[in-house]
Parts: sequence; structure tokens; C-alpha cells
Amino acid sequence: MIIDTTEVQTINSFSTSGFFKEVYGLIWIIPILTLILEITIGVLVIVWLEREISAAIQQRIGPEYAGPLGILQAIADGTKLLLKEDLLPSRGDIRLFSVGPSIAVISVLLSYLVIPFGYRLVLADLGIGVFLWIAISSIAPIGLLMSGYGSNNKYSFSGGLRAAAQSISYEIPLTLCVLSISLRLEIGRNDQVLPYDSDLDSSTVDIVEAQSKYGFWGWNLWRQPIGFLVFLISSLAECERLPFDLPEAEEELVAGYQTEYSGIKYALFYLASYLNLLVSSLFVTVLYLGGWNFSIPYIPIPELFRINQMAGIFGMTIDIFITLAKAYLFLFISITTRWTLPRMRIDQLLNLGWKFLLPISLGNLLLTTSSQLVSL
Amino acid sequence: MFLLHEYDIFWAFLIISSLVPILAFWISGVLAPVREGPEKLSSYESGIETMGDAWLQFRIRYYMFALVFVVFDVETVFLYPWAMSFDVLGVSVFIEAFIFVLILIGGSVYAWRKGALEWS
Repeated sequence: MIIDTTEVQTINSFSTSGFFKEVYGLIWIIPILTLILEITIGVLVIVWLEREISAAIQQRIGPEYAGPLGILQAIADGTKLLLKEDLLPSRGDIRLFSVGPSIAVISVLLSYLVIPFGYRLVLADLGIGVFLWIAISSIAPIGLLMSGYGSNNKYSFSGGLRAAAQSISYEIPLTLCVLSISLRLEIGRNDQVLPYDSDLDSSTVDIVEAQSKYGFWGWNLWRQPIGFLVFLISSLAECERLPFDLPEAEEELVAGYQTEYSGIKYALFYLASYLNLLVSSLFVTVLYLGGWNFSIPYIPIPELFRINQMAGIFGMTIDIFITLAKAYLFLFISITTRWTLPRMRIDQLLNLGWKFLLPISLGNLLLTTSSQLVSL
Repeated sequence: MFLLHEYDIFWAFLIISSLVPILAFWISGVLAPVREGPEKLSSYESGIETMGDAWLQFRIRYYMFALVFVVFDVETVFLYPWAMSFDVLGVSVFIEAFIFVLILIGGSVYAWRKGALEWS
């Protein structure tokens, strides 16, 4: 009896002390760590997928020795790069040399904050939503310029400048496409007392919800076909994937801004490239392909459409699964594009961005707004 | 962090994701071998001896692209609030925004014709 009362008293004092409340407040770290684990597994899967798909396109066998079906190939590569000697250029700027790849990785990792995997499965449901991704991905060219300059190698410098020029050229069509989607499509809100709506309403959860009204035909893919194509091309160019990978073309500039890098810093660039690809494909899913809504037409079972509205763990798992399935569809398209199309020259690349995609995306924005007004 | 509480998770994520490269550098510093040598300190130029300085003359065309980018980026920043609340603003504001975009299209055509968007 005495032991029981003292135990109860200690438990009571423990739960009301400030220490326990602080520990309880640190529980936000679990979603962040879960997301980082998910991203890491995603990158490993993409690396393996790229090698398998490229092998299939080139009619050869891909990785098969590291683990069953070569699944552990990415881990083997990462471990090898971790154990390599870290060479520093003799007269280069060592601090810029080290900070460059770090900035590239950090800016891409931060974009995962606003991606919704389900209705409540988003790390930060910010009001600005997608524009956080656009703003933070604009920091990446600084990292590229730092690494190009700090390498003390004229080819690296030239490659870094070209990579930065390419990155900034394709940001404006990207931004204008996202802007066309974020136009508030809910019209006729005459009962609003406020003269303006204080919520910026470009949050990613709202964008996916706005696509769910008409099922499959409500996807932004059908509402903004031009925007979809422009976004596809611009995001491939932002990720520096073929056909836009001149900054790291092997025949042109050795490896561009990555020439003097060895070991783990090279692995950080590699990681940043695949992270960027994954986040771009997730954004294509969220913005154009309807996010986590499972709405494929012509299936005769009507209950299947409402499967993701079931509450609880099962619904959330289905949401995550659908989002990832759509994202991997886009990944498959970009990987096959990489191994099919030839590389573009730098002037062709910049002409495409400035003289073709920019007027088209501006026209898309004006067309969308005028059609909204006409339908008012 | 002190005023906008919905961004707290942004700061947390920033700190955790900046631990990723720090951790990578530290592990590599512990595990990777270091064997100095005179050849390793020279720059790479496809295996031949380096010719000339390591610094190129900075071509002006990079600056021209960055300048045109800044102009169009500021234009998109001005278009954000219009696009966000454009359905409650009406047709007259649409005409004004259209004139704004037309002025900037005029600038872009000028830059195009003057050769600012040419790669040499």
C-alpha cells in the first residue's frame, strides 16, 4: 500500500513537471525523421530503378551482384564513395568547395516540407505551399556557382556558370505554370464578408483537394495541358537531367562543376540530383495528377473510388501508395527520356527556355485568367 | 521562429537537413584515407598539363541572362498577389494586369532583338 501511494505520487509529480512537458514537445521530431527515412529509401529505389531501366533500354542486364536483383547497389555505391579519399584542390577556395554541395543538398531537402502524401500527411501545411518550393529551389544555383569557382579549374568554373544560367532560365516558366494552377478556381463567393481572403490558398493540400471534385476529369492535367507540358520540360531542365544535362556532360566539360570532387562530396551532388528528381516528380503528381486521389475511370466498382476516404491507417496507407505510384510513373518517364534523347547544346537549351517556354507560359497564365473571367 | 509559429517545423527541418552533409563530412573524415602526393594537388585537364591560368575571363553573356532573369522574376513576384485574389477583383484589374504584362513583354522583345538572349 505504501509503495503504491509513493509510486502514484512520483508518477503524478513526473507528469506535471516541466521536464516531461519539454520531452513531450519534442515529439515533432518523429515526422521529420520518418520523412527523411522515406526520402532516403526513395533515393535508393530511384538509383536502382534508373540502372535497371537503362539496362533494359540498352538491352543488357543491370546490377545483379549487390544483393538480390541488385537492390543494394545504391548502398554499395554510397559506402564506396564514403571510403574514398577527399581530395581538395590546392589553390581553390576550400570553404566554398565544401559548402557548395552542402547548399545544393540542403535546398533540395527543404522542399519536401510541403509535399502532401495524404490529407493530413504533410509536414507543414503552409499557406504559401508551392511557392516555398520555388523559392528554396532558387538557392541551388548559388551552390553550383560556389563549387564551380572553388575548384580552381577553368572547366569547373565554366560548367558552374552554365549550370547556374540553365537553372535560372527555367525557373520562370516553372513559376508561371505553378501560378496558373494556384489561381483561385472557386468563384461566386459573394457571401464573403471580408474584402479579401487572407489565406493565400496556394497550399498544396488545397491544390489537391481542388482537383478531387470531378474524379479523373478534374485533374489539372486536363485543365492545364499546356502548363503540364511546360512544367514537365522545365522541371527536367531544373534537375539537370538529359536532355538538359550539359553542365555535367562527359564529353563537353569533363564533369562540369563536379570535376574536382571525389568521395563524399561527389556523393552529395549525386544525392542532390536524385532528390531533386524525386521532389519534382512528387510535385508533378500533386499539381497535375491529382495527388492522393484514386480516380481512375471505367472501373465498374463504384466503392473503389471512395476507398481513400476510409478513415484510419488503411486510408492513409492507400493515400501514400497512390501518391508514390503516380510519382514513380513520372520518374519512369524521365528516366526513359534520359536514355532515349540526345543532349541539347547550351544555346539551344537557353533558347528553348527564354524564347519558347517563357512566352508560352505567360500566354498560358493570361489564357487561364481570361477564361476564368469569361466563365464568371 | 518567434513570430510565425507555423514555420517552426521549417526551422527544425532546416537544422536536421543541414546535419546530413555535416554528418557525411565527419564520417568521411574519420573513415577516408589521406595520402598526399604532388600529382593529386594539380587541377584536372583531361590528363595533360594545365595550360594557362585557372580563371577564365568572365563572359558578359552570363550577366545578361542573370539580368533578364531578375527582371522577369520581379515580374512574377508582382503577378503573385494578382493571381491569388483575381476572382474577387474583377475585369478592370485584369485589364491593368494585362497592360503590365504587355509592358514587360515589350521589354522582353527588346532584349531579344538586341541580342541579350544570345549565347554569343
